[in-house]
Amino acid sequence: MYLVEYLLLAAALFSIGVYGVLARKNGVLVLMSIELMLNAVNINLIAFGAFRGNAIGQVFALFVIAVAAAEVGVGMAIVLLIFRNRASVNLDEVDLMRG
Amino acid sequence: MIAQQIAFGILAATMVLASLRLVTTKNVVHAGLLLAVVLGGAAGIFVLLAAEYVAVVQILVYIGAVVVILLFGTMLTRARIGEDTDLDNDQRWLAAIVALFMLGVTGTVLWQGFRHAGGDGKVHLNGVQRAAQVSDLIFGPYGIPFEVASVLLLAALVGAVAIARRD
Repeated sequence: MYLVEYLLLAAALFSIGVYGVLARKNGVLVLMSIELMLNAVNINLIAFGAFRGNAIGQVFALFVIAVAAAEVGVGMAIVLLIFRNRASVNLDEVDLMRG
Repeated sequence: MIAQQIAFGILAATMVLASLRLVTTKNVVHAGLLLAVVLGGAAGIFVLLAAEYVAVVQILVYIGAVVVILLFGTMLTRARIGEDTDLDNDQRWLAAIVALFMLGVTGTVLWQGFRHAGGDGKVHLNGVQRAAQVSDLIFGPYGIPFEVASVLLLAALVGAVAIARRD
């Protein structure tokens, strides 16, 4: 198994996540794309940890999983609040701060 | 090693195809289920890299909790169960260009930098990392970050309730 295979897989998943965040306007789908990006980072961490022969990469991946869980909780609360105030989760309509 | 290579190929192809479908599908519920496929594939990748504890946590936390939260959010925001044409904004082509550019740059840099990393560029799983080693690290040198993560989860819990409650 080559290290670079895992890194390229993670890069592909991260880029697909970036596309999802930029191209989607449904708030829930944007959160899903963010999860995709965080997961790509986890693959990188585990691959480097295995490559270096220690478990520190796994420890950091566990921290990233914890942060992702917290992020999706707060993110979903914000999306629900937007839905309650505007009856839609269309992020293009959330432009109060546009100049 | 050949078996691992084949398993990696299958998992990687499944994950890339499912994630591509995830960002292009017109059905929000399908997107949530495809996310579960991608995250399960990542758990398989972790098993291939001898990180079985993280693989189990991945299934429990991501597929068990995060995907369920996202599907609940899909229902609570009354997305259409079925086809929905109005999910992408009009910057789709710009976003595709940005993502392809990013993939090109990171892919080139990673390929050049890590093709021969550590001599032959291979991952050697000789020093298999057991869950015991992970727990020794979490409750030893990384004890303080671990406690900070618990405070973060508590803050996120309180914050989510405070943001979403009706008053």
